[in-house]
Amino acid sequence: MGKTENNKAWFLVLPVFVIVAFSAIIPLITVVNYAFQDILGPQDRYWVGTEWFKEVLTDDALQEALLRQLVFSTAVLLVEIPLGIVLALGMPARGAGASAALVLMALPLLIPWNVVGTIWQIFARGDIGLAGWFINGPLGLDYNYTADSFDAWITILVMDVWHWTPLVALLCYAGLRAIPDAYYQAASIDGASRWAVFRHIELPKMRGVLLIAVLLRFMDSFTIYTEPFVVTGGGPGNATTFLSIHLAKIAVGQFDLGPAAAISIVYFLIILTLSFVFYNVMIRVGTGSSKS
Amino acid sequence: MARIELRDLAHAYGPRPEREEDYALKRADFAWEDGGAYALLGPSGCGKTTMLNIISGLVRPSEGKVLFDGKDVTGLSPAARNIAQVFQFPVVYDTMSVGENLAFPLKNRGLPRAEIEERVREVAQMLELSPMLHQRAAGLAADAKQKISVGRGLVRSDVAAILFDEPLTVIDPHLKWRLRRNLKEIHARFRRTLVYVTHDQNEALTFADKVVVMHEGQIVQTGTPQELFEEPAHRFVGFFIGSPGMNFLPVEGDEAGLRLEGTDIVLGRELAAQARGRSGRLELGIRPEFLELHEAPVADGLEAALTEVQDLGNFKLATVRLGPHLLKVKLHEDAAVPQARGWLRLPPTRTRLYAGGRLIG
Repeated sequence: MGKTENNKAWFLVLPVFVIVAFSAIIPLITVVNYAFQDILGPQDRYWVGTEWFKEVLTDDALQEALLRQLVFSTAVLLVEIPLGIVLALGMPARGAGASAALVLMALPLLIPWNVVGTIWQIFARGDIGLAGWFINGPLGLDYNYTADSFDAWITILVMDVWHWTPLVALLCYAGLRAIPDAYYQAASIDGASRWAVFRHIELPKMRGVLLIAVLLRFMDSFTIYTEPFVVTGGGPGNATTFLSIHLAKIAVGQFDLGPAAAISIVYFLIILTLSFVFYNVMIRVGTGSSKS
Repeated sequence: MARIELRDLAHAYGPRPEREEDYALKRADFAWEDGGAYALLGPSGCGKTTMLNIISGLVRPSEGKVLFDGKDVTGLSPAARNIAQVFQFPVVYDTMSVGENLAFPLKNRGLPRAEIEERVREVAQMLELSPMLHQRAAGLAADAKQKISVGRGLVRSDVAAILFDEPLTVIDPHLKWRLRRNLKEIHARFRRTLVYVTHDQNEALTFADKVVVMHEGQIVQTGTPQELFEEPAHRFVGFFIGSPGMNFLPVEGDEAGLRLEGTDIVLGRELAAQARGRSGRLELGIRPEFLELHEAPVADGLEAALTEVQDLGNFKLATVRLGPHLLKVKLHEDAAVPQARGWLRLPPTRTRLYAGGRLIG
């Protein structure tokens, strides 16, 4: 026993509590406030219960945006995670080449998001953009991201891959560099194939960094706003109106704060749930709970 | 199984080595006989691991050749050389069970399933891994993991040699002893060529039939533990093996014999002939175990001052001063210890002469 009870120690966590309160809890509670009430002015509000939720959940526009969002995030993960792993495996381990590769990889990550959008908006234009001109001219394909939904999707997806695959690659690269040489030496003595080395040494040792990469890429892609807003503005039509763009339209476009707050909460819960699922699946995979 | 021959071998890690210091492994010719149990002994950084990696093919030597049974394998990969190696830190494949780990090298070589199972069962039994064959390897303790690493080396029946690179570093002392016994038994049963790298002389002397001592990138002596103890071919071997190491006394040759530096004491008349015409620093070497310390004057006794006596349980360690030089004497635990001064005798049959660090007589 011999433990001293001293409740004053709670004061030591007070600074963190205050910071978290202002950065997360108070804004979140504000949103909850708006979601369950119709607030017209500081003294003028009505309790509406789950009315806003019923309204937004049955709204076709929201369901479509949510579906788009799920498809987009799935595509992002399916492309960026394998591509990042391949890039990391291909990056030189040491020497001047390693430094050069690291700088090259980090470049897209250093560019502000709206600038990324602007770059691609111009880059993909059929008239003055290099990529757009090349696809329409020398390649002879009919490509116009402002008019064709599929082209718009591809543009946004390629942009995201360009912007964020380096993050996955850098994380994987760090994971790969942490594997002691003895593992590769043992594998070569055991006569393991390149695939076996990847499957039984590299991939399991990258589990931790891949978990972080998947979570970060999922959360970021699921809340993507700036880049598609700059490039397509959610169009053509509603083709690239992702959940966050839909939400912004309602919140700051139409100023319907009640429904917007309800959407925000639903949005938040979806991300929380899916992240929780990803985390638990990836923690368990290949550790004995499942047969490999 | 194979006789492993190193011909004109040298290795430098940097490009374009010029001076001798650039070489991690200096030019050597050496052969590991088929079926021998060797210990490769030396301090950290002396080139033991480089030597091992060159044998296994993980490192390609910058000069010279590696031959297995007369066949040049210098350019072959470790897998093609068919060699097994166990590393300092256990390497297990986390995604596999213990049994799958053991089967992995055989599976990669496309052996029939029944044979793999048979071999895995046999090796698991030898290493006392049978009860955990179906357990996952990831969660096991360090010693069990190292046993798996060893097992992956043993499971192949046709390997040219099994190389161990300080395999017991991470193992608890009492388990160390058992694992070493395990290895000895396995060697006795299968007569594979074993090369065991270590910097621990006890490990080397208890494990091996032949000990190869390395120092600064060179093999300085190869011999049985007894030979290394009684006839150290190099100053370094005398110093490195034995606890405490050999005493070395700097001497100068003159007409009468070998005169102890800084004194008029003449020693080792029998060895004086060998010293004539030798270049390099002359030194007499004698083991603390062989030095005699008497309470009363004896024939050929040299009067020496006693500076310290340590009682180390089953023996006593005396430090004596002979002129300006200090010597260690290992005494029996019941031996009478002289007070303040005693008479030191160097038995001629146990006294060795070194010139420039090398044994000459």
